[in-house]
Amino acid sequence: MYRSHVLVCGGTGCTSSGSQQIIEAFEKEIKANDLENEVAVVRTGCHGLCALGPIVLVYPEGSFYSMVKAEDVPEIVSEHLLKGRVVTRLLYDETVQEADVIPLAETGFYKKQKRVALRNCGVINPENIDEYIAVDGYQALGKVLTEMTPEQVIDTILASGLRGRGGAGFPTGQKWKLARTLVPDADQKYVCCNADEGDPGAFMDRSVLEGDPHVVLEAMAIAGYAIGANQGYIYVRAEYPIAIERLRIAIGQAREYGLLGKDIFGTGFDFDIDLRFGAGAFVCGEETALMTSIEGNRGEPRPRPPFPAVKGLFAKPTVLNNVETYANVPRIILNGPEWFAAMGTEKSKGTKVFALGGKIKNTGLVEVPMGTTLREVVEDIGGGIPNGKKFKAAQTGGPSGGCIPAEHFDVPIDYDNLIAIGSMMGSGGLIVMDEDNCMVDIAKFFLEFTVDESCGKCTPCRIGTKRMYEMLDSITKGKATLEDLDKLEELCYYIKANSLCGLGQTAPNPVLSTLRYFRDEYVAHVVDKKCPAGVCKDLLSFTIDKEKCIGCGMCARQCPASAISKTDYTAPGKKLPAMAIDPAKCVKCGACMSTCKFGAISKQ
Amino acid sequence: MKSLEELKALRDKMQGSVTLRNESEAGTRVVVGMATCGIASGARPVLTTLSNAVAEKKIEDVAVTQTGCIGLCQYEPIVEVFQPGKEKVTYVKMTPEKALEVVDKHLIGGNVITEYTIGAIMKN
Repeated sequence: MYRSHVLVCGGTGCTSSGSQQIIEAFEKEIKANDLENEVAVVRTGCHGLCALGPIVLVYPEGSFYSMVKAEDVPEIVSEHLLKGRVVTRLLYDETVQEADVIPLAETGFYKKQKRVALRNCGVINPENIDEYIAVDGYQALGKVLTEMTPEQVIDTILASGLRGRGGAGFPTGQKWKLARTLVPDADQKYVCCNADEGDPGAFMDRSVLEGDPHVVLEAMAIAGYAIGANQGYIYVRAEYPIAIERLRIAIGQAREYGLLGKDIFGTGFDFDIDLRFGAGAFVCGEETALMTSIEGNRGEPRPRPPFPAVKGLFAKPTVLNNVETYANVPRIILNGPEWFAAMGTEKSKGTKVFALGGKIKNTGLVEVPMGTTLREVVEDIGGGIPNGKKFKAAQTGGPSGGCIPAEHFDVPIDYDNLIAIGSMMGSGGLIVMDEDNCMVDIAKFFLEFTVDESCGKCTPCRIGTKRMYEMLDSITKGKATLEDLDKLEELCYYIKANSLCGLGQTAPNPVLSTLRYFRDEYVAHVVDKKCPAGVCKDLLSFTIDKEKCIGCGMCARQCPASAISKTDYTAPGKKLPAMAIDPAKCVKCGACMSTCKFGAISKQ
Repeated sequence: MKSLEELKALRDKMQGSVTLRNESEAGTRVVVGMATCGIASGARPVLTTLSNAVAEKKIEDVAVTQTGCIGLCQYEPIVEVFQPGKEKVTYVKMTPEKALEVVDKHLIGGNVITEYTIGAIMKN
């Protein structure tokens, strides 16, 4: 029995900032101090506070060390583990208040969070099925198989109000019910898991797979029992090597324990799961394209109907849910649908995980009850915007979503409210933008992404998004007219109405929502030929104030285009002649401006 | 694993290994002085005995942790028991055997072993 547990985050964020070396250092130091029978080192999944990684948690004290380096490890071992003196200088500063250490759960980042889908992430060792079992793992599957009929399972999920966390928000129980009932004589059905998380900046599903892989396996088996399927597939991006490795280990352990395979718990129910890897095509996150890809074909969507519940994978009835949706299922079975339905808003129950990114202090993963306002997420949990800048907008739903402007800062976040204000829940990426972000440029960024990712099967998406991108490009270069804005809007509606799958149908959303809330910025680009945020290079000019310039020449040495040279003018009180920028040569990189110590260079 | 009972048995067996990671502030805290003075006078076996006993006997809501020197080095190893709503109890000159007694009589039975407390020792 270990008296102390050292939990080191092994999520992708902390792994890339060196948590592997930290684990090795801990193991070495603990051995050197003869503590290996007293202290356990556990690699966990993501804790959510990725901005402060690598993260190390020491229990039973619950000390939360952030930005730990391998050099710090000997100090933690000799001071904390051996002598019981917490190394205060390495603690997450929010947990230290007036020389008092407060519990992590009381800090701003965690206080307003409610972890349901992420409940085991950062708590258990994802590579050890015993730890999952210790926190009630596979109990829900046992309960379902021994005490409930498939109909009761479906009714429970329906009553909980759980909706698909992949973005569209379709009621999960309804989906299962259709897959169970629509084709009563089907000889084979399938359960699929969509782990092809493709939105730029979104990493909720990855963190669940890395931190708690068994929860997905358990929930898929429950879904299999509910609809009458005995085979599951997890479609996961090949770019998620840690998630894949942990899924592999988890499936192996579950099979070894008889929790996957034949005759589970002696009830006669068979269920097994295999992995399929996606090559990183965004369209494969769309359900029909995903199933086409699992079948071994080129990942292209197909028209619906028939819906997957009737004719899905290999033309058999199929249920396809997102990772986060599954992560909620075992808890709903164990705690009851009322427990789940008590969280959230009238039509959106439970919690939602968001990946916070962009101009925000606490970059990372947060889980909040539905109905939490954007302001609470950004200011209280996210810690606000760095450098005292002003909040301008938040982008949700990735390339399919839209921008929420400051005027809607207090809207409770749920599926229906976000649609009403022209965005969507999406899978949970939440990118915060401040006054330095140009909204036209943001729209262009997402369109560039959809142009790349359009599979090319249908014309509105293949050609329409390309034309949209070209229009946005001409706006950012100051070559567009006001009529182009109207044309752009018209094209948006056309693409939305005519595209085959969700990718095309939602691709115009970033443009439409920015046109709706930030039309003045578009107009500034078109009419005044200015970019108010100072982002669009073609509309910028850098100038040197000859009265302020002392002629030191630092800017000229930094300039990669040799666009800066001496003039004949020497300002009063200065010893050297001022410098000037040749606009014809300037590439608008801004290197001169960041070099100048005298504030003599400005952009407009 | 062929039955739900087996799963439940495994859960009960494993539960002790992760309850350590609960951040409950409400429960009892047993704190062992583990500074140089404490370690030198044998605090480590006391600490391990305490944490093993709490886990093996499945005593809920008790966290065994360590702390630094509290300034009474001549009385080490020192074990302090904090229970919500009650006064702190300080046991001094502890041994693994005495620690087991504290677990049984105090943590489980609810009776302070007065003769091991600092008050009793200082009177003598």
